[in-house]
Amino acid sequence: MNKRGVSLWGFVGTVILTTLMAGSQGLGLSRINFPFMLGTMFTPNRDRAKLIGFGVHFLNGWIFASVYAAAFESWRRATWWLGGAIGLVHALYVLVAAMPTLPAMHPRMANEQQGPTPTEQLEPPGFMALNYGRRTPITVIVAHLLYGAILGAFYRLK
Amino acid sequence: MSPDRTSKSFGYPPIDDYALIGDCRSAGLISGDGSLDWLCLPRFDSSSVFAALLDAREGGRFRIRPVGEYSSERRYLPDTNVLETTFRCPSGAFVLRDLMSVSSEEDKRASLTPEHEVLREIEGIDGEVEVEVLYGPRLDYGLTRPVLERQWDHSLRCEVGGAALILRSELPLELEGDSRGASGAVRIRTGERKYLSLTYSREAPAVIAPLGEAARERIERTVRWWQEWANRCTYEGPYRDAVVRSAVALKLMTYAPSGALVAAPTTSLPEALGGVRNWDYRYCWLRDASFTLRALYALGYREEAEAYIGWLLHATRLTWPELHVLYDVFGEARLPERELVHLEGYAGSRPVRIGNDAQGQLQLDVYGEVINGAARFLDRGGRVDRDTSRMLDGLGRTVCKRWREPDEGIWEGRSGRFHNTHSKVLCWVALDRLIEMHEAGYLDVSVDLFRANRDEVRKEIEAHGYNERIGSYTRTFDGEEMDASLLTLPLYGYIEGAHPRMRSTCARIHEKLATGELIHRYETGTDDGLPPGEGAFGICSFWAVECVARGGNIEGATQAFEQLLAYANDVGLFAEEIDPHTGAALGNFPQAFTHIGLINAALTLGEYRDGSALAIVKRSSNDIPTEDPT
Repeated sequence: MNKRGVSLWGFVGTVILTTLMAGSQGLGLSRINFPFMLGTMFTPNRDRAKLIGFGVHFLNGWIFASVYAAAFESWRRATWWLGGAIGLVHALYVLVAAMPTLPAMHPRMANEQQGPTPTEQLEPPGFMALNYGRRTPITVIVAHLLYGAILGAFYRLK
Repeated sequence: MSPDRTSKSFGYPPIDDYALIGDCRSAGLISGDGSLDWLCLPRFDSSSVFAALLDAREGGRFRIRPVGEYSSERRYLPDTNVLETTFRCPSGAFVLRDLMSVSSEEDKRASLTPEHEVLREIEGIDGEVEVEVLYGPRLDYGLTRPVLERQWDHSLRCEVGGAALILRSELPLELEGDSRGASGAVRIRTGERKYLSLTYSREAPAVIAPLGEAARERIERTVRWWQEWANRCTYEGPYRDAVVRSAVALKLMTYAPSGALVAAPTTSLPEALGGVRNWDYRYCWLRDASFTLRALYALGYREEAEAYIGWLLHATRLTWPELHVLYDVFGEARLPERELVHLEGYAGSRPVRIGNDAQGQLQLDVYGEVINGAARFLDRGGRVDRDTSRMLDGLGRTVCKRWREPDEGIWEGRSGRFHNTHSKVLCWVALDRLIEMHEAGYLDVSVDLFRANRDEVRKEIEAHGYNERIGSYTRTFDGEEMDASLLTLPLYGYIEGAHPRMRSTCARIHEKLATGELIHRYETGTDDGLPPGEGAFGICSFWAVECVARGGNIEGATQAFEQLLAYANDVGLFAEEIDPHTGAALGNFPQAFTHIGLINAALTLGEYRDGSALAIVKRSSNDIPTEDPT
């Protein structure tokens, strides 16, 4: 595996993905904030959570880049559309499988069966993370498509 | 509308014949004759499983009552949302206990519990009574009559949009010919207990709720949970029973996973029988945010208050820096209104609406409510992060940009936009609280811009929102009409209740809008874009109590408050409106804002009675002229 390629393009892909997701928040398309969700696993302090979450998010970006790279190496081929295809599967997995199970893993996230005990916790994302806005699935899919496409386009096989 | 029109003449119980059960995610209404006529699952705003409330023939119901003649009386088990109806017949009596089971998060981790469960217990207490059961679910607001499948013993199952609806019964139930309903009858003797459990499960395999002793344990667990919650109430002031009942009802209308509070768990209960003022209230309005927070904090429900402000500040981010009028329990602002033409409506009151077009209106008052709510949160020791500080600053900038615009106003009129005095006052409140929070070091906002605009707003209100000739603040700028929303001016600290301008306004509102202690929203001839005809407003009547008390007439306020309490139904619940001629409940039921009004009025009376009135007004009203126009 081309470790330098994974580091560089994993980082670039994560920057693009994060920018796109933050942009979608700013434009009122979605309220989803991956760094915040990840960071609050470690601390309830909102400002610190975002900082920690950013670190964890980028670490995740590199870990997933390694998985993408492993796929490219096994196929002996890396193209933007192959990367995009993996990104699509990745996004669908995140939306359909990971998000609904997140409340079970996250110490500060309510689940949809929560209550009546009051919660100061984070609201659950629900199926396809729709609780964070109707356009959330679209922004997550587009962001992951781009992440995958960047890796596929620029990663050089070893 | 025929003058002798009554709900009973159309085959519907009066609105205040209903009582509420729920699990803080969804809720059901049960009539005095044991009929579960309204239940939406899995959320308050989901489509219905039973909707006889809106169509007695086709809506679907789940009824348990005696065969033959009977009388009934009801109560909630003390400090709970567990409803107990006692049926008395010539041959004996039995008690029906209805609830949606709840448990603590610890209990849920220790054992499997159904996602939602309506549990009904029948207990014979005297002689022998024949009890009949009717089970007829109708999905999607009565459109679909699902096929019921018998599973084992007396259990019936049907599919609800991918979820399973399972009725387990200890009573024998026979399927109707087309398997789209079931019924049965059984004799219950003294001391005998039978259970019926209706569960809803989206996840498979569904959790099957055991009956018998296990069901009794779930009832006891539910009673315990509600009583422990009610015991957390720190309020020791006057009218404690009514206050706690209101708090317990409010808790039930809170959507626990997000902290949001729905205005009411129903849609389209009419503001006038046979009229068109039928709206969907199963959403969350921002307009009473700060009053809600005052009530929750003052009663000692800090966690609920913080969950609510958490929802408030985050749900509104999708529309930031603008605020919409209402959102759903997760902050979705797009809630298009449509009419359900297949339903006849409560007592023939059409149309039945779901969704709410008020979401497209401009109501400038919501900025003041949200920012005032945030100020209450910060005053109570809450802290916000930099993003939230920026968000509040953005809301303030929006106020500065838009306060000169006309808006639809607090009552969501459909006759166009006006310069509503109440909206302008709430713009002043928004900017004033932002400045206060900045000065206290909680926020970093554009304080110079806000100060300049705040002062300008106040000048405009005093110049155009107060009519010297009639000696009163008015509904709209340069107008003469009264509006009950003006009663809130001292509640926000815009002006002291004892200020001559406010006293004369309060007096004029009583003169123009009151029928006894009941207050209408606005004058009869006011064009709100709809045919005339509505009752007096519950929350306005409680605002009047506060306003009178703040004006110094504690005795008059106390008397009015006690008279208002008499309009609650037999289990202590209020609707949105009250018919001033008959005292009947009108509009969606029960109404969270009316109960919030009740709690706040009791709090204010308590403060003034024991001399510890915590004046909301922290600043002087010196810049308001003090001439007494009367």
